[in-house]
Amino acid sequence: MNTALFVSMLAVTVRAGTSLLYATIGEIFTERSGVLNLGLEGMMLMGAISGFAAAFHSKNVWLGLAVAIAIGGLLGFLHAFLTITLRSNQTVTGLALTIFASGLASFLGQRLGPQGQPLVGQIGPRFERLALPVLSNLPLVGRALFQQDVLVYASYALVPVAWFFLYKTRPGLHLRAVGENPRTADAMGINVTRIRYLYTVIGGMLVGLGSAHLSLAYTPGWTENLTGGRGWIAIAMVIFATWDPVRAWLGAILFGGINAVQLRMQAAGTTIPAAFLHMLPFFFTIVILVAITWWEAFSKRVGAPAALGTAYVREEKG
Amino acid sequence: MRIRIEKRPIPSRLVSVLTLLLSLLLALIVGGILLKAVKADPIKTYRAMALGAFGSRYSLSETLVKAIPLMLCGLAVSVAFRMLFWNIGAEGQLAMGGIAAAGVALFLPPRAPHLPSWLLLLLIAIVGFMAGALWGLIPALLKAYIRVNEIITTLMLNYIAILLVEYLFYGPWKDPKGYGFPGTAEFPPVAWLPRLPGTRVHLGLLFALLAAIFIWAVLSRTKWGYEIRVIGENPRAATYAGISLVRNILLIMWLSGGLAGLAGMAEVTGIAHRLTKGLTVGYGFTAIIVAWLAKLNPWTVLIVSFLLAGLLVGGDQIQITMGLPASVALILQGAILFFMLGAEVFKQYHITIEWRRRSSIHEETGV
Repeated sequence: MNTALFVSMLAVTVRAGTSLLYATIGEIFTERSGVLNLGLEGMMLMGAISGFAAAFHSKNVWLGLAVAIAIGGLLGFLHAFLTITLRSNQTVTGLALTIFASGLASFLGQRLGPQGQPLVGQIGPRFERLALPVLSNLPLVGRALFQQDVLVYASYALVPVAWFFLYKTRPGLHLRAVGENPRTADAMGINVTRIRYLYTVIGGMLVGLGSAHLSLAYTPGWTENLTGGRGWIAIAMVIFATWDPVRAWLGAILFGGINAVQLRMQAAGTTIPAAFLHMLPFFFTIVILVAITWWEAFSKRVGAPAALGTAYVREEKG
Repeated sequence: MRIRIEKRPIPSRLVSVLTLLLSLLLALIVGGILLKAVKADPIKTYRAMALGAFGSRYSLSETLVKAIPLMLCGLAVSVAFRMLFWNIGAEGQLAMGGIAAAGVALFLPPRAPHLPSWLLLLLIAIVGFMAGALWGLIPALLKAYIRVNEIITTLMLNYIAILLVEYLFYGPWKDPKGYGFPGTAEFPPVAWLPRLPGTRVHLGLLFALLAAIFIWAVLSRTKWGYEIRVIGENPRAATYAGISLVRNILLIMWLSGGLAGLAGMAEVTGIAHRLTKGLTVGYGFTAIIVAWLAKLNPWTVLIVSFLLAGLLVGGDQIQITMGLPASVALILQGAILFFMLGAEVFKQYHITIEWRRRSSIHEETGV
């Protein structure tokens, strides 16, 4: 493989994996608190449409970004309210969130364009790529990694920050405690409900941020089903990452790499039908999931927070 | 303000009915706000939806047509959910059933011209069922033996199956005389499911009714049904009682995938008479809502399917007559489920809200 091709494929890999990385890390925070949010696909669609619509009408990408994050957080809050306060089944609530939010995103896409027209096919502002001084002149990786948009750069920072927060800080310890053993955490004086609300909302905001990268940078604009299953793949990536932000990065690169190969093969005019190329990410997600689950069983390691998916009910004091 | 939540000894039945009605009402209000926001008249829209779905003999029959795949998929999903196996893959299993059925319907009749229609259709139904069942067995095997998360695998298999349908009708199975229209050639009439005269209601309705009877009988009358119930309530207790999780997961997903596959078979041979994009329009996802609203009860699944099918037909109706997006129906479905889920707490728990301020006033005034 020649250098130029390598550089361009690495660049696409990073870009294609960015939205997934944000969503995966967002879900890691949520699940670490013991809340399973299966609404990601719908939340990403809502974040992408609302972010793009806001940017389109205000001509301001930053406002679009802010709206996408806010909508992600709001939907996270909705999930938190239902599953934590009203103790609804986390699995079904997440599915309901996806169905509801996908429908709403599709509806808004038909109506949020100029003069109530569809937004599909409209061109709006986007996050432009900007080369970082010095770094972008590095051989090979410089052009691949440091000629990207701001959201990609922010994701480079997010991984170590999330890791440090989770494993090296007091709030991170509290978060993990709540997800592993809420009863003990409660006895330690940690407010389980507050922590779970907080990280379900923060997780939602990160998911919203990731979806903004889709509609405002990677594939700017809005089309029906823009996310193409990324929300679901992110949930699989959390398992692959064994709830660890650094491994989430690995997952995002892997997924981005599959995307890059897929695009490259299409561009090169392969005889493999497009439908089969489009199947690749889904197929590999299953393969990766099987591999990691098998490995976990084999090495007797458990990555999942012990209290994941269960409501915490404090015993009434007599 | 303080909210106190105490568990009710028996889930309240009165509250059940009230919450259902209230959920519907609240969902309609949410939808109404949304419609208002896009400058549509909510009352007029809902009226148009209701009339479009239930207003005439024709519209009722069309609602029944859409209810058939929902019934079969709803039953499919609910038997799996009974065992806490989260089969989100009905859409993909339906697609595989449709593919297999189309394969037989397209290629067998020319080779066996004397095959009677009933035998051909029986064969197609079996093949459709088996295709869905095999597609459902993939996540079941992965779950049973390696404990791979079935929510993810069933979902990913949906995407793969839907892409496979597209590949077939854009590619090798494309109608040579189709003028670029995406779809296979029309099946020969021997491979069409019989319809009620004057409507598009087809024999798939009978499949759905038989499936409901079968599931009811299995659940309430057999040892297998007993095992499913025990696993659904407490998987750990079930293994202690010597119930095989592996065997039950495989069996239930064979049945669940098969029913969804049968839905796909009925769609292609009963409605479109060819494999087209119209096969995978989300019945498998709506089935999840059906199953949950029906509390996984097979009889209730039939009723809820009919009502939600009405919502879908009504959604199509307002798209045609009022130019409003059909996704209004999806939003309403999601909202109804949300409110039902949220309301669950009122059935299971007794909730008292203590307003601290007010209570202090009460103390002062001695009330």
